[in-house]
Amino acid sequence: MTDTVTRSNDTELVDGIYLEGDPISDSHAPGGDIAEMWTNRKFEGALVNPANRRKLSIIIVGTGLAGASAGATLGEAGYHVKSFCYQDSPRRAHSIAAQGGINAAKNYKGDGDSIHRLFYDTVKGGDYRSRETNVYRLAEVSVDIIDQCVAQGVPFARDYGGLLDNRSFGGVQVSRTFYARGQTGQQLLIGAYQALERQIAAGTVEMYSRHEMLELVVVDGKARGIIARDLVTGKIETHMADAVVLASGGYGNVFFLSTNAMGSNVTANWRAHRKGAYFANPCYTQIHPTCIPQSGDHQSKLTLMSESLRNDGRIWVPKKAEDCDKDPRELAEEDRDYYLERIYPSFGNLVPRDIASRQAKNMCDEGRGVGPAVDGVRRGVYLDFAAAIERMGEDAVRSKYGNLFDMYERITGENPYQVPMRIYPAVHYTMGGLWVDYDLQSTIPGLFVTGEANFSDHGANRLGASALMQGLADGYFVLPNTIRDYLAAGPFEAVAEDAPEVVAAQEAVQSRVDQFLSIDGTRSVDSYHKALGKIMWEKCGMERSDEGLREAIEEIRALRTDFWSNVKVLGTAEGLNQSLEKAGRVADFLELGELMCVDALHRRESCGGHFRAESQTEDGEALRHDDEFAYVAAWEWGGDDGAPVLHKEDLVYDFIELKQRSYK
Amino acid sequence: MKLALKIWRQDGPTDDGGMVRYDIDGVSEDSSFLEMLDLLNEQLIHSGEEPVAFDSDCREGICGACGVVINGEAHGPERTTTCQLHMRSFNDGDEIVIEPWRADAFPVIKDLCVDRSSFDRIIQAGGYVSVNTGSAPDANAVPVPKEHADRAFMAAECIGCGACVAACPNAAAMLFTGAKVTHLGELPQGQPERSARVLNMLDQHDAEGFGGCTNLGECTRACPKGIPLNVISQLNADYRRAGYGGSFDD
Repeated sequence: MTDTVTRSNDTELVDGIYLEGDPISDSHAPGGDIAEMWTNRKFEGALVNPANRRKLSIIIVGTGLAGASAGATLGEAGYHVKSFCYQDSPRRAHSIAAQGGINAAKNYKGDGDSIHRLFYDTVKGGDYRSRETNVYRLAEVSVDIIDQCVAQGVPFARDYGGLLDNRSFGGVQVSRTFYARGQTGQQLLIGAYQALERQIAAGTVEMYSRHEMLELVVVDGKARGIIARDLVTGKIETHMADAVVLASGGYGNVFFLSTNAMGSNVTANWRAHRKGAYFANPCYTQIHPTCIPQSGDHQSKLTLMSESLRNDGRIWVPKKAEDCDKDPRELAEEDRDYYLERIYPSFGNLVPRDIASRQAKNMCDEGRGVGPAVDGVRRGVYLDFAAAIERMGEDAVRSKYGNLFDMYERITGENPYQVPMRIYPAVHYTMGGLWVDYDLQSTIPGLFVTGEANFSDHGANRLGASALMQGLADGYFVLPNTIRDYLAAGPFEAVAEDAPEVVAAQEAVQSRVDQFLSIDGTRSVDSYHKALGKIMWEKCGMERSDEGLREAIEEIRALRTDFWSNVKVLGTAEGLNQSLEKAGRVADFLELGELMCVDALHRRESCGGHFRAESQTEDGEALRHDDEFAYVAAWEWGGDDGAPVLHKEDLVYDFIELKQRSYK
Repeated sequence: MKLALKIWRQDGPTDDGGMVRYDIDGVSEDSSFLEMLDLLNEQLIHSGEEPVAFDSDCREGICGACGVVINGEAHGPERTTTCQLHMRSFNDGDEIVIEPWRADAFPVIKDLCVDRSSFDRIIQAGGYVSVNTGSAPDANAVPVPKEHADRAFMAAECIGCGACVAACPNAAAMLFTGAKVTHLGELPQGQPERSARVLNMLDQHDAEGFGGCTNLGECTRACPKGIPLNVISQLNADYRRAGYGGSFDD
């Protein structure tokens, strides 16, 4: 895609905040029946003969499921791969923390599963805001992922016959989730990491750990390299290649408190966005209802507990605000409000993630939250197992949920067998990301984006056990086939390291680093990050309104201005400087946060993880507007002083009928 | 809580380094050990002193990035990762000594950060199954007996944090290496390379400067994932058989 925006000087800002550019007319999906598309695409794509592959080089940023699997696969194929991660080892990428499982349409249980059913469930789970063609392909290759991982030695759960076990997940009616206890992400990542290490040993992959990409190099309109900082020596390095792949994960840390790893950031994506890559659907954030609540201002992150707890726990808050600091065990049944059971009698405590999350926030906003007050508000609701313990016995509860109860006790210091657990929603996964076409190529030729870093497969929401699937699908199977078609046009003319575009990118990085160190203000980077997080959570979190989002945009702009004049970064550019690293990431979050609010403001509908207060049914449920908003919002960077430019890609459903959700 | 912290400060790999004392107040007992260090760093920044460098990432006990020696114990007084250790494990007024992992094969980068890339090189030496993408047979084509699958899983739980090395008086990485050898050795997929794997991984282990195992068991006591000492027995058994040209087919 090389759409350019026609901007005339007299174009008026829409809503006073953004411009509207040309629509995206083509996602480059092949035509024909959806079941044939991927096969056709692979056949039509040009090949690169093995002798030529070693002359072609690819940079991959990020070593999670999407990045490590792509690095391993492209290395095996014979390309020269340079792999980058900010962690000390590729094995630490945040995919490692994913717990639940990975979906695949294997139909090992013979319960009626199929590629088409996984495709259907995933499109529906994304609230009809994902691209049909990509999701079908995801379902199609899901089958191969399991084979690949098992062959690598990933120890999935097995039954006594020695065959793989499955479970059901996230309200799906078939058992298609493969799992490795509560550590599926860890085991899948270690599998991909080992495959990557094998290629490092073979010399096809060069690994650059403790390196952070700080700029994309675009030459003649094509992505040709990156500028990275060696986080140990502080050296600004230039790395050139024939193509660049971003597999750098999601941006949930814009909220400061999230379930993401501390280092997860948007910088690689944001730098590419500023160089011309469109950023799609940034406002789509999945919020998970069963996290351990914040206990105070000292807290740096939130910990997710399995959603399975809602199968047996009952969720409630006191009916009266004055009861909130009482011992919950002493509160009589008639003084408790089992609000989910009351409002949603048919689904009760098992309503979908977005509904459970929003209602918990409503209870706390009403002043009926429980647990320690943070900023004057108690943000927690009870998840009570007393009834389950009475019904099943403590031993049965322990065997089912023991590890989660232990983890809860370690973090909160409370024994959940005796006192009800407290839970609260937390930011978990971001469905937005850089816009990509069917080939996973961004609007910058030669720049490919995979996994959580792109926007393509999950729409406005994400089903459980589908993010791991997408990361590995992209890395093992999709990208290696599509990038080949691009690389076949090579060899590409070598770019000298003193080419003007390269020098400009180097200088931009250097001056940014120098600027952070020279501001010498009074506030720490973290204090800005926390302030941004509060704005985002309150006004662009579980529920968004026109008024709140407009306020948020103003507040973020003011915070950003203050940041650039008053941030305090100590130390030097040489050597390890973690404050400097954080400063760059937070600076980019401060820009992304505004775009998220702009995107949320323009989307005057509720869908999936995006609940717009003005768009709800009489019963307070999310109301989608397919006639107006069945499109991907892909934003073009409008310049430092300009407004973002919206390009719409219409979502066309040829193989699935659009329906409204109902959980009553 | 009010605490006295004695923290190892070292500017860079070639700097001598030394212990520096910091007094800190207002620590919540609900905060994690790393959040306590975050609080200290905020205070240091305000006073114009460079914050203490330490590694952490997921802060959920699974990525393996964090880890320091606390009062002489790897990851501190409880069997968990440093990020999951909470301040309620300490008392108001305590003095806490915080050092980086101590091992020649883990050189200090700065303050509490060490370089653990030696672990990656041990994996590069053979800690994988050689299978190219797209050529795998159906996942259920080879059944794996449940007890083998479970033991493989137990060993695969290693998060590569390095506590085993830091706890070992000999700075051996045998628990780490043994865990990988056991994980892959328990599975049919791991058999073809089983001999080469153990020989090459142990060669690399020694070349990195890790010491030999003396069966003290400090490693397994410090391991936040409870990897048992018997993975080292497995490592030794595999090594002996591989060294004698023995076969694993039986």
